Amino acid sequence: MMNILKIASKNLMRYRRRTILTTMLITIGIVAVLLFISLSGSFRALMVGQITDSMLGHIQIHKKGYVASIESLPLTLNMKPAMVEKVTDYLSERDDIEAWTTRIKFGAMFSNFKETTSIRFNSIDPEMEIATSPLLPGRLIQGDREAAFVEPGKIVIPELIAKGLKVKVGDSIVIVATNREGSVNGNTFVIRGVLEGISGPGGRDGYMHVDDARNLLRMEDNEISEIAIRLKSSKNLSKIHKEMSTYFGQFINKAGKPAFDVHTWEKLSPFSNIAKMIDMLDLFIKVMLVAIVLISIMNVMLMAVYERINEIGTIAAIGTIPSRILSLFVTEGLLLGILGAFIGSVISFIVVYIMNVKTISFSFGRQENLVLQPTLDMNEVLMISMVVILVAVLASLQPAWKASRMDPIEALRHF
Amino acid sequence: MSLIEANGLCKTYQAGDIAVKAIKEASFNIDAGSFVSFVGPSGSGKSTLLNMIGCLDSPSCGELHVASTDVTSLSQKEAAIFRGENIGFVFQDFNLIPVLSVYENVEYPLIMVQNWAAAKRREQVLELLDAVGMKEQADKLPSQLSGGQKQRVAIARALVTNAKLVLADEPTANLDSATAHRVIDLMKSMREKFDTTFIFSTHDPKIMAEAEVIYTLVDGSIENKEELAS
Repeated sequence: MMNILKIASKNLMRYRRRTILTTMLITIGIVAVLLFISLSGSFRALMVGQITDSMLGHIQIHKKGYVASIESLPLTLNMKPAMVEKVTDYLSERDDIEAWTTRIKFGAMFSNFKETTSIRFNSIDPEMEIATSPLLPGRLIQGDREAAFVEPGKIVIPELIAKGLKVKVGDSIVIVATNREGSVNGNTFVIRGVLEGISGPGGRDGYMHVDDARNLLRMEDNEISEIAIRLKSSKNLSKIHKEMSTYFGQFINKAGKPAFDVHTWEKLSPFSNIAKMIDMLDLFIKVMLVAIVLISIMNVMLMAVYERINEIGTIAAIGTIPSRILSLFVTEGLLLGILGAFIGSVISFIVVYIMNVKTISFSFGRQENLVLQPTLDMNEVLMISMVVILVAVLASLQPAWKASRMDPIEALRHF
Repeated sequence: MSLIEANGLCKTYQAGDIAVKAIKEASFNIDAGSFVSFVGPSGSGKSTLLNMIGCLDSPSCGELHVASTDVTSLSQKEAAIFRGENIGFVFQDFNLIPVLSVYENVEYPLIMVQNWAAAKRREQVLELLDAVGMKEQADKLPSQLSGGQKQRVAIARALVTNAKLVLADEPTANLDSATAHRVIDLMKSMREKFDTTFIFSTHDPKIMAEAEVIYTLVDGSIENKEELAS
């Protein structure tokens, strides 16, 4: 094998310009793919991080049917204390959960004494909420980010309402809400902060202390609309979601149907579709790379066979068996693949390092100065390199087969 | 003892609708260790006959035994293995592999065909290069050699596997007269040294006179066999 490697590498050196051009093509393909994956992965991680860390958490648990009716924020589909206890007991026993928070979600009317508009609220325990959504205070565009996020009598409102009704931090406003029995109640609150809106469900909600919500809605029980959960590692999301779904699936309501719904953030956020599109683009770019490698290597090897027909005739005549001739040409393709993959990977690592040193910021929607921190996953690099090498070998097979099956007499006559 | 036994050998090519008989009923025996020449004008069938003896082509009819093996029914792979073990080739255009040095060209059959151990390989290659007077040029590439030197290397490559038979198709056609005679002399001396059978084709009267046995081919038939004193 070493001798075939030696001869194959000498053949590549012999057609140096062609070898360099082919290697460059593979290298450029690898670099383009790895950089695209690195940047898109960084963008994806950034956006997903924003969604999960400032709003949704990784997993949410609701009473069955709540998510289907979430637009109307139905108080009638809140979880009763017994259900909440079942969930919190279960969560307390798991050591792969970083934190969880309970929320009462409801719709209300917001009045600045001159104008009125509708608003959606998450009523929360601030400590539990921040533990679950650590980036939430970072979305405050007005108000103290270091102070308690909400406290009784003070609320955080979304930017759109602050602008629309021309209110600011420190202003007094009135919130009026209807409870589950249909009675209307109103309370005065002070605006403690204004929150930047982000895309996705809950991205334009206001925040209120849970005690205020219970008072406003005249709730006597510890009812909860949703429980949001933050995992210690989002890599375990699928596994944990499956385990939770299995566990909570055993609880049946009076109608004989499952009592709980367990959703990952992907099921709740429209950004998951963008994330899937990014994954599709990644795949598309990878397919492009495979096509580039396949065509370039096949072209080079076909040329190599064509230019060396006489030589193939010679080695066949002196007794080289067809499988050895085949392995010689396949080895040339293999070496081209290895060379291109190696150089491409090294260049990609260097470029990603430079991109991290020279900060790359961008705007997405209304969010500005988002900083990308591209990284290269070694497993991804190895996987792509292996695919390229494999494709290089596959692309060499047809020309190599042609070479190995050549009639020595015909080949010897060829000039 | 005959190294090659041919009986009623023929080869017919199909050129469109016309069947062209390249070799017609050729029968001959060639003894081991002999120095034989097939002669005749272009198109007389010399190369076709050598290709069949060398298992590069199969006869359309007749029997052909080389080194006691019926070579008429060998598969492509079996024929390649047989050639690698028994036959060396010297070509009109030398056919050295341009990317390999002189040493590596001679070593090539031992690696790709016979898989010899490195130390034994080196010893054999150096012995052959020494025998053909090319040891000093071992590191040179074929492009750095003259025609005569290239053919010397080709002879060394043909002999390196201890081949029983060396087939040389017009080995001197691309060489000047003096060099051609030196190459034939070298082949003769190699025959003496390694007890190998040499068969070559030529249409050059001066070169054919160097053979011990001359078969004259005319239109695919062996017209004459002449045995000369060695």
